[in-house]
Amino acid sequence: MTVPPKVRLAGRRLLQAVPALLGIIIITFLLTRALPGDPAVYFAGPAADAASIAEIRHRLGLDRSLPEQFLTYVGDLATGNLGTSISTGQPVLQEIITRLPASLELTLAALLIAVGVAVPLGVLAATRPDGWVDHACRFVVTAGVSLPTFFTGLALVYVFYYLAGWAPAPMGRLDIISLPPEHVTGFYLIDALLAGDVAVARSVLAHLALPALTLALFTLAPIARMTRAAMLQALGSEFIRTARAAGLSRRRILIVYALRNALLPVVTTLGMVFSFALGANVLVEKVFAWPGIGSYAVEALVVSDYAAVQGFVLTMALLFVLLNLVIDLTYTLIDPRLGLEE
Amino acid sequence: MASVPLLDVRDLTVEFATRRGTVRAVERVSFSVARGETVGIVGESGSGKSVSSYAVLRILDRAGRIAEGSITFGGVALDRVPERTMAEMRGREISMVFQNPRAALNPIRPIGRQIEDVLIEHALAVPATARAMAVEALRAVRIARPEERYHAYPFELSGGMCQRVVIAIALACRPQLLIADEPTTGLDVTTQKAVMDLMVELSRERGMSVVLITHDLGLAAAYCDRIVVMEKGAVVENAPAAEVFAAPRHPYTRRLLQATPRPEAGLRDLLPHPVPPPRPQAPGAPLLEVRDLVKEFRGRNGAAPFRAVDAISFTVHEGESLGLVGESGCGKSTTSAMIMRLLDPTSGSIRFAGQEVGTVPASRFARHPLRGKLQMVFQDPTDSLNPRWTAFRSIADPLLRLGGPERGAGRGALRAKAEELARRVGLPTDLLDRFPHQLSGGQKARVGIARAIALDPDLVILDEPTAALDVSVQAVVLNLLADLKAELGMSYLFVSHDLNVVRLVCDRVMVMRGGRIIEEGDTGRILHAPSDPYTRALLDAIPHLPAAAAPAGAL
Repeated sequence: MTVPPKVRLAGRRLLQAVPALLGIIIITFLLTRALPGDPAVYFAGPAADAASIAEIRHRLGLDRSLPEQFLTYVGDLATGNLGTSISTGQPVLQEIITRLPASLELTLAALLIAVGVAVPLGVLAATRPDGWVDHACRFVVTAGVSLPTFFTGLALVYVFYYLAGWAPAPMGRLDIISLPPEHVTGFYLIDALLAGDVAVARSVLAHLALPALTLALFTLAPIARMTRAAMLQALGSEFIRTARAAGLSRRRILIVYALRNALLPVVTTLGMVFSFALGANVLVEKVFAWPGIGSYAVEALVVSDYAAVQGFVLTMALLFVLLNLVIDLTYTLIDPRLGLEE
Repeated sequence: MASVPLLDVRDLTVEFATRRGTVRAVERVSFSVARGETVGIVGESGSGKSVSSYAVLRILDRAGRIAEGSITFGGVALDRVPERTMAEMRGREISMVFQNPRAALNPIRPIGRQIEDVLIEHALAVPATARAMAVEALRAVRIARPEERYHAYPFELSGGMCQRVVIAIALACRPQLLIADEPTTGLDVTTQKAVMDLMVELSRERGMSVVLITHDLGLAAAYCDRIVVMEKGAVVENAPAAEVFAAPRHPYTRRLLQATPRPEAGLRDLLPHPVPPPRPQAPGAPLLEVRDLVKEFRGRNGAAPFRAVDAISFTVHEGESLGLVGESGCGKSTTSAMIMRLLDPTSGSIRFAGQEVGTVPASRFARHPLRGKLQMVFQDPTDSLNPRWTAFRSIADPLLRLGGPERGAGRGALRAKAEELARRVGLPTDLLDRFPHQLSGGQKARVGIARAIALDPDLVILDEPTAALDVSVQAVVLNLLADLKAELGMSYLFVSHDLNVVRLVCDRVMVMRGGRIIEEGDTGRILHAPSDPYTRALLDAIPHLPAAAAPAGAL
């Protein structure tokens, strides 16, 4: 049976991720055990005596040996049981399923804005080095990386909510009066549109705008920079000269010849930006009271909530593996020279 | 001339804005091209030959501009028409073919689509008809199975095929003028001949004019009706080809002709001033003995392993220079890398100075006592020097690494030795503190040679040492190599694709093809009475200056 090379490539990349995932499972398990603080003490409360702490420790399985605890943990993972968060009492899997789409919706919206602005900006800056677009590009890039997200977030809230009153209060994903749309993808915007509820969709969009913009400003810089550099290099190549000598239009040269060749490093940057945007989310989520996975992880970390932290790290690891797979496959779509090598 | 020329360039001056002010790359250049005529623009690097043609198409870099002069094409003043009109002319009326065909094609677009782009741009096709026309254009440049190749990407094609595709793009709209900028530099000689013949045939068929820009006088002689010789941004000679070669008027043309390797000229004949020939060396005992050397590379996706070098045997004697000639992919570089112990052979033996070195792992040979006796001069004088090292540091590197008495003797002795080496290779010692980018091609080549002879090697492998140099510099460097060999009693293994050059330096020549040595013998015999048809084809493909150009009478 012949398997299409791209499917084979995807399969191989997925297989390569298995050892990485195993390593991540082991390391997160050990790391959470190495954290300071005793969850049993926290859970028992300030008034507990030694006996009740010991009892709680037994109930949590913390009195067993590390290998034993690890085996139980792996066994649970295999059945899809990520454990129960000791601080919220909810199953971790359930928490992640509701919170991850919130973070993803925010990050993807931010990246969409960032790419929409940064790529044209980078392209224009590269066509006229030292022109006014180039200077504007440099300004935006510098501002984007040098302003911390919590500051831009607060500034945007101040201007658009407090002063102008255009944006809703930075209090999560929806108005208090609206009910979340029926859960299909977990992305409120998509779910609301699927449900045909325009009012909710509008509210979702309004709530999404400021945090997404905050994150976009931060992620825009590397993308614009890389686009400009890659475009400059592509425009200097010999095949661009051939295209010019053949009389191709400026537009075609720019888009079909230069930009497509410049996309590879841009996609690489996009992947990196996506991963650190998920991390940078924490601050944005805090500022906008966004019920995302970042704030969940921080809260869990503070109280040594093993199951929640492990679940978070594992989810992120899976997400990165998937992300890298998508990027690798995008490469082979962009550049026919890749993906053929074994 | 009765008819108006197709292209008329008058007093063209092109300026470039640089950090150190305005530089005139081309100054008051005039030439014209008649309908159906092939004009060769000949000159060495920096002569402005490419810049002049870029100016005709107005595709100069952003920093460059036409400062003065006029360019008239078919009655249209190209230097004055708006960019929009110019864009319509490009590719439709005037086309261009470039050096380095693989880089000249969009690497991630199927070649058929690249041809379509031009056809659609110039409204000669609509998307529905473009495909058939693109296939037709590929067929016209003699690409076999054009329907399949339509989908191919440049990396899937050979260099010669890529150049055919570039020509197909250039000729898709049947332009009246084709400008070919070093179209065959870097291609094998047999491929060069095929590509040039194709261009000539198509231009005849279509009554097209051609401007051939080249550094190779032999090529210009073989294909051009008229020759324009350029030096340092100016035209120094402009005459019918036969005249230029029979009676060159300008001293620069004469120098250029003299430096061009040709069948009847010896090594010393290439130099502008007569010099006594180097002392001949009688070959001594065997120095390098290669027996049944094999290199196999693993096949991809379970394919059969590929034999790059297939059981070759040869011997280099002391004081001898042996040429290893072949086209790209014949295994000559793999062979030299194995002898240099950069690559481990699959099987076979390499005996050097009486010791078996083939079994020493490549990773350990750097510390082998014989390492200093085996040196190499690389093809690209720029890329083979560390850009952050001065010439002195590059020359001193082998002394510092592999010892010699200067190693512990301190900086003064090291400097003295480097200066002595520089003098030996004719590099002014005040250039020793310069970095590669501050040196000319010839000077960089000298640094590479000084570095190779620093440890008094017994055998030097010369890997196309002059391929990147201008002919006049090549003549000097080849003579230098011959002198050094006689002075220092070295042996050479001269690896090259160019029989014309190998012939000048080597006592014996081996011709390699498909990993095997198909012919070996004294240089004279191989050149005049080759027994293998492939050697014959190689020799025949070399474009030669007409016999009348023998510059003995020119000086």
